[in-house]
Amino acid sequence: MPGVIGQPLDRIDGTLKVTGRAVYAYEQQVENAAYGVLVTSTIPKGRITAIDTSAAEKSSGVVMVMTHLNAPKLAGLKEQKPSPVTGRVIQAFQDDLVRYANQPVALVVAETLEQALEGAHLVGVKYAVERHAVDLDGRISQAYEPPKAGGQQEPSASNRGDMKSGLAEADQRMREVYRTPFEFHNPMEQHATIAVWDKPDHLTLYDSTQGVFSDRERVGHVFSMPSESIHVISPFIGGGFGSKGPVWSHVVIAAMAAKQLSRPVRLEVRRPQMFGPVGMRSQTRQELAIGAKTDGSITALSHDTVCQTSSFDEFVETASLSARRLYTAPNNSTSHLLIKSDIGQPSYTRAPGEAPGTYALEAAMDEMAYQLKMDPIEFRLKNYTDSDPNEKKPWSSKSLRECYRQGAERFGWSNRTAEPRSMRKGNVLVGYGMATSIYPTRRSPANASARLNGDGTLSVDAGTQDIGTGTYTVMTQVAADTFGLPMTSVKFRLGDTDLPKTPVSGGSQAAASTGSAVYLATQALREKLIQMAISDAQSPLSGVSAQDVEIQNGRIFARSNPSKGEALGQLLARSGQPFAEGKAEAKPGSEKERYSMYAFGAQFSEVHVDADLGQIRVARHLGCFAAGRILNAKTARSQLLGGMIWGVGMALLEEGVMDRRLGRYVNNNLAEYHVPVNADIGVIDAFWVDEKDEHVNPLGVKGVGEIGITGATAAIVNAIHHATGKRVRDLPVTLDKLLV
Amino acid sequence: MKSFTYIRAATSDQAVQSYAQAPDSRFIGGGTNLLDLMKMGVERPSHLVDVHRLPLTQIEEHEGGVRIGALASNTEAANHRLIRERYPVLSQAILAGATQQLRNKATCGGNLLQRTRCYYFYDPTYAECNKRNPGSGCAAIPGYNRIHAILGTSSSCIATHPSDMAVALMAIGATVQVVGPQGARSVALDEFYRLPGDTPQIDTNLHSGELITAIDLPAIPYGRRSVYLKVRDRNSYAFALVSVAAILDMEGGTIRQSHIALGGVAHKPWRAALAEKHLKGKTLDADTLRAAAEAELKDATGYTDNAFKIELAKRSIVRAMTTAAQMEVA
Repeated sequence: MPGVIGQPLDRIDGTLKVTGRAVYAYEQQVENAAYGVLVTSTIPKGRITAIDTSAAEKSSGVVMVMTHLNAPKLAGLKEQKPSPVTGRVIQAFQDDLVRYANQPVALVVAETLEQALEGAHLVGVKYAVERHAVDLDGRISQAYEPPKAGGQQEPSASNRGDMKSGLAEADQRMREVYRTPFEFHNPMEQHATIAVWDKPDHLTLYDSTQGVFSDRERVGHVFSMPSESIHVISPFIGGGFGSKGPVWSHVVIAAMAAKQLSRPVRLEVRRPQMFGPVGMRSQTRQELAIGAKTDGSITALSHDTVCQTSSFDEFVETASLSARRLYTAPNNSTSHLLIKSDIGQPSYTRAPGEAPGTYALEAAMDEMAYQLKMDPIEFRLKNYTDSDPNEKKPWSSKSLRECYRQGAERFGWSNRTAEPRSMRKGNVLVGYGMATSIYPTRRSPANASARLNGDGTLSVDAGTQDIGTGTYTVMTQVAADTFGLPMTSVKFRLGDTDLPKTPVSGGSQAAASTGSAVYLATQALREKLIQMAISDAQSPLSGVSAQDVEIQNGRIFARSNPSKGEALGQLLARSGQPFAEGKAEAKPGSEKERYSMYAFGAQFSEVHVDADLGQIRVARHLGCFAAGRILNAKTARSQLLGGMIWGVGMALLEEGVMDRRLGRYVNNNLAEYHVPVNADIGVIDAFWVDEKDEHVNPLGVKGVGEIGITGATAAIVNAIHHATGKRVRDLPVTLDKLLV
Repeated sequence: MKSFTYIRAATSDQAVQSYAQAPDSRFIGGGTNLLDLMKMGVERPSHLVDVHRLPLTQIEEHEGGVRIGALASNTEAANHRLIRERYPVLSQAILAGATQQLRNKATCGGNLLQRTRCYYFYDPTYAECNKRNPGSGCAAIPGYNRIHAILGTSSSCIATHPSDMAVALMAIGATVQVVGPQGARSVALDEFYRLPGDTPQIDTNLHSGELITAIDLPAIPYGRRSVYLKVRDRNSYAFALVSVAAILDMEGGTIRQSHIALGGVAHKPWRAALAEKHLKGKTLDADTLRAAAEAELKDATGYTDNAFKIELAKRSIVRAMTTAAQMEVA
């Protein structure tokens, strides 16, 4: 029987989802739960001078209005430090300061949602307004250099060789500034929490979170409780994209209100309130300089990013990181600067750093390829890195060359004529573009347990989350594969802090981290059963060597004589135990010291631009990736396509538009904040090259959560240039920018 | 949401009577816009009169043209044989708007009464909006106005009307049938809508408590030569930056007459009368079309972020008319 790992299996939770039976956080049945609605600030900076809650309190069904005037003061919210990876500095009615527009300033709790909404409408807030600063351009002189940047806490700046002399020896030089706007995660499921104090010192949270364990640690810290006294449950998540990694203010506020009322409170962040209080991607200003010899070899490459953080916390959009290692560039420098601003806190957003970073880097590479009159793929191959020039370590594996080759072939790159505007068909300007994808491979310590039940089925547990990617399915596959069982004989549970501890589903690390733990736990169980069998005098396998024992489809037997064996259930029954269990922790080892670990890819796009009206359509988009072992060909492809489609959004549509005068995002809804719809996507495909990586983790997976968005945007924008001859460097490329 | 009373009307007369019995009544049809506005707190009615089940859903021949019942759904109108055959521009316009789910629910009468999508109108926490709160000022003029109007604006308001369907109806020259406390009357669509002037809080010339019962389309023998062009940022579920409804009556290469209406550029669907006048009797060619477009946009005003619409509107007129001229019409 062929293994189930890698098979294109349907999601095991697919039917539940499409029939509406998957129960999300806000939909959990909790007796006597009241409804909370947040009131958020309408100014970006100042003080609350008065809050009139009298009308709200008198309004039908309202049971409580909480503001900074009556909220409990929490020791855990005093003097919050710039946050750890999964926490954030949050505001939960601890003072009268307004630090950004849309900051929660009050919570109205009522018997019904409608009553709570009405109550929220009736809360009157008066402010002493202070002058706000929200711009990036124009305030660069105020920027500071953060010491570290990104999830791996790399130095925020880097240097090798000497840029100045590298540029001096170049035959061709370019220097341009690229800008990307504020971008919001906009998962389909809004942030939501139900807080239930089962006992005065025990809290249950039904929370839409990417990290049940980090959630309880942070909430525990805020309430000065041991994290074991908090039970977080999160069986289904309707998308996270990084926004549900940290604990934001609404989670704490829901718990505060529930405690105050001695009653469960359910709180959903309304769509317009998701523009500020739950993270976003900062806008960026990225300056790229490249120097190259006539033969295409890069002599100098620099990438300098300026982005914004809030006035109270720190997060760096690490856009310059890829430029350290993607090309040989003997002279290379990168940097990140931050500007403190009166905005909600920027945070992890769909390939933080790499998404906007590969846009600017790969657009600049395209510009230089044109300057050199070189094919963009040739130019990249000329500067291909066979080891990581920044870390000075070998790659754990790198199949990018194959991605360029196979991607170009399948796309039909050779049909491209190099000259811009040379592929016009009537009113339609046709353009081809390509770019490189890169995303780091990471993992964190993760635990799992696996039990063999009396009926021969497996129960496998890990606390992890399925944020819509297929975690339920791929973990089941990993477990089923070890035991040669059909998928239906494995029951995998997740999304619960009562289950073994696992990391956040973020940074494309869930499959690598928790997948490895599930693999090791089922292997441990398998070994245990084999030992039980060969040391059991009553077993037909008594005395057989462990190497000769196989487990398949509920049966344990000798490989050399398959008729010699028995059902696993029989073995278990004799032991007198109801089940046998294997547990494992999978931890990163020394691989990180020895190797530089990345997934790579190449993306190709064909765009059609209306020559008169500027309307842009992505007619075809193709990605070829190398991401180690693929656990499920169907869910992996869906993840890659999803990433690429976010790339279409980043290239053409997405922009959180701030009215700088008011310091507020004006398009705070899904009608006006445009993400791609089906009609925006022409032919799209993703595939991968075979890649075995024995170094990254026991399963050999690199993760496919974020690699899809990296490079996608640049491929499209490069294609727009090829179609029109115009370089639009400020995203998104909307039609008005092509009319001029 | 504010509590409200609710009645489901059995007849138009009952609906009109019920409406008059409360100070802040609203008729509700498909509710695709009204409920949204109520949730946002922009509309806070005390009484809803549900007209959705009134028997006003027929689409039928009427005095040589076609009458669309006010409660026919957008989907029914777009797909009806009479509309598809005689007024393809209307079918195209409806299908260019919203999403399938919204079109299934939305009514044709309600479509005419959509409120603007101006950010500052749609969110009552913005202090300034003359349309929502007369006299409070306009936040869009000094604010972000990429989606706003370039024609017929005033210093009080630069909002646009969001409907696609109404743009096609404006080109067709539709008439709106209404019934109200003072009885029934009909209003030409061009008279139905208003420019903002200094009363942007009033979208239409409907009298208080009047209910739309039908939309009448006049006979247009050459109506098959028609095009709806919608230029927008994404290919579905996005409002028009600029749209053009064009109907063309050709005799050989000569324009006998044309009907042109623009969307996304004004407080109302904008009948391009100056362009029509310029084109009448002329040979259709690129220069003539461009000159007609120039004439129509002569008095257009661009604001900080939407000046591109002026050129876009001109090019869109040329494109829509060129496409219409090239159509093979049986």
